[in-house]
Amino acid sequence: MNGTPHIEVRDLTMAYGDFVVQRGLDFVVNKGDIFVVMGGNGCGKTTLMRALVGLQRPAAGSVLYSGKDFWNAAAETQRQLKRRLGILFQGGALWSSLTLAENVALPIAEYTGLPPARVNEIVDFKLALVGLAGFEDFYPSELSGGMKKRAGLARAMALDPDILVIDEPSSGLDPLTARRLDELIMELRDSLGTTIVVVTHELASILSIGNNSIYLDSESHTMIATGHPQDALKNGPPEVRRFLSRGATT
Amino acid sequence: MRSEAAWQLDLRPADDPETLIIALARRWRIDQDLPAADTLNDRLDVPVRHVRFDASALTDWDSGLLTFVSGISKRCADRGIAVDSSGLPPGAQRLLAMAAAVPEQKLAGRDKGPQGPFAQVGTATLEFFRGAPQMLGFLGEVTLSLLRLVSGRARFRARDLWLEIEEVGPRALPIVSVISFLVGLILAYLGADQLRLVGAQIFIADLVAIGMVREIAALMTGVIIAGRTGAAFAAQLGTMQVNEEIDAYQTLGISAIDFLVLPRMLALMLMVPLLTLYSAFIGMLAGLLVSLTIFDTGVFEYYTETLRALTFQQFGVGLSKGMVYGAIIAFAGCLRGMQCGRSAEAVGHAATSAVVTAMLLITIAASIMTIVYYQLGI
Ligand SMILES: Nc1ncnc2c1ncn2[C@@H]1O[C@H](COP(=O)(O)OP(=O)(O)O)[C@@H](O)[C@H]1O
Ligand SMILES: [Mg+2]
Repeated sequence: MNGTPHIEVRDLTMAYGDFVVQRGLDFVVNKGDIFVVMGGNGCGKTTLMRALVGLQRPAAGSVLYSGKDFWNAAAETQRQLKRRLGILFQGGALWSSLTLAENVALPIAEYTGLPPARVNEIVDFKLALVGLAGFEDFYPSELSGGMKKRAGLARAMALDPDILVIDEPSSGLDPLTARRLDELIMELRDSLGTTIVVVTHELASILSIGNNSIYLDSESHTMIATGHPQDALKNGPPEVRRFLSRGATT
Repeated sequence: MRSEAAWQLDLRPADDPETLIIALARRWRIDQDLPAADTLNDRLDVPVRHVRFDASALTDWDSGLLTFVSGISKRCADRGIAVDSSGLPPGAQRLLAMAAAVPEQKLAGRDKGPQGPFAQVGTATLEFFRGAPQMLGFLGEVTLSLLRLVSGRARFRARDLWLEIEEVGPRALPIVSVISFLVGLILAYLGADQLRLVGAQIFIADLVAIGMVREIAALMTGVIIAGRTGAAFAAQLGTMQVNEEIDAYQTLGISAIDFLVLPRMLALMLMVPLLTLYSAFIGMLAGLLVSLTIFDTGVFEYYTETLRALTFQQFGVGLSKGMVYGAIIAFAGCLRGMQCGRSAEAVGHAATSAVVTAMLLITIAASIMTIVYYQLGI
């Protein structure tokens, strides 16, 4: 199951107007990977995520899902590809006028014709998985930041996506909850075979759950390391080793 | 129903009658037409005391299976039936265990669910009366802020004031022009019909000039600016409220009223009177046009008649109304923005409510001022 290329990124350049955020990104995410995107603040991790999931057209290069070029595909193909993605935004991006249950139910109702009783079962289960059982009727404004994050994850997982793209899941979470979330991510990969692309700064997470990674450098505006995070820590360029050891190495 | 779906569900009694074995076979994935856990309700009853799962023939699963099993487990827990999930795939067991982990404490003191119609009327009434003191409180804060400004102790950025002035003034000119012109036209035609009866066509000039300058220019400008700028103020401050920006000012000891409300208030109190003057001028132009085309009045005649009708007092009345309306619009917009809740919906509601409040207050103020000026003989 592992080892087949799932997402291929070819010579990707992302820019806002004339400002090039990152250029020449080349990497492959295999099925069943937990792929970590690393880099300092503002290096372009969120921008990369937006290019991957079809929110922001890259200035150049391509993103291929199982060999299909996303940005040059027909609208219907794009929609089908998007159905396979689950996305957790950096700020949670919950719909503020819907309750948590409705937030999780919306993608299910949108993409499947399941009867309400089953939709409710799925919603209850997904909220329970992220530790939010009993909060079904709460509105996002009634939750803490960390709870919003987890509710966002429940929504992203609603349809059992093949690929889960997560932007900074553990920012705003206490260490124990963050660890539980890591365990959940690993379990999703191990049990359901979900491929996970995760943007994170959490060193413990990077080193314990990641099995592949890239490091985006904000000086040179390109990737300067790729591969297993443990390897990057041992043999990567000095910036990456510093990043992965909180500046402790020389 | 089960054509594409290859799921299979069998219930087998075990050797002892108290145990039910639920056998899940073949494919159980979320996109299939899987059964709801409810379908087993009447099987999970006496004499069953234990439930076991058998997944030996399961080929493919995802949370479709998990939601079903977790639904069964929940029902069993309610009925005091013991569940043994060791027959499920290990990954499924781990995920189910995660979902069953103790949920966190619920928030205390949360709003109740939806209310009945009577309760809604009651709540709305209470809220209306609760709204009045809030409005007065805000009025007090704004007044204090204005006093601080006069004594030179209010702090805001001059750039904000200029931005608002630009937004309210020059950018509003096109819409004010169109509407004032048309209203002037309507007024002239309305008067023309009546005045022709008594052969006093030339008094169209008086009617349009006095009508526009004293009342209509200010009212029209007020309505336009309430819809255009009042709503924008509420949306801006409301969004700041959502982003906790206003809280951030407060924690720094910066008065959000001084910093955000004051520049908007000043901008409108300055610009609405000016727009009122402009609007009156455009309206009179329209009156002139009507008078020229249907009565052949001379331009000079119309001009002198207009000058004769207008006094500084008339302008004073119009300008004072413009200033009051401007203050009302800024007040209503900022009030609703500051009261905004923390959701996208609340921002929309704040904008709507700002316009409604402004219109209501403008109409009340217009009536009061008209009566007072009449009594004073101005
Ligand atoms: N909408 C935008 N317009 C212009 N520049 C942007 C925009 N969003 C982000 N940027 C810039 O792009 C860079 C990368 O941003 P982002 O991808 O959000 O970084 P991060 O790695 O912290 O997620 C930053 O320098 C940021 O200033
Ligand atoms: Mg980011």
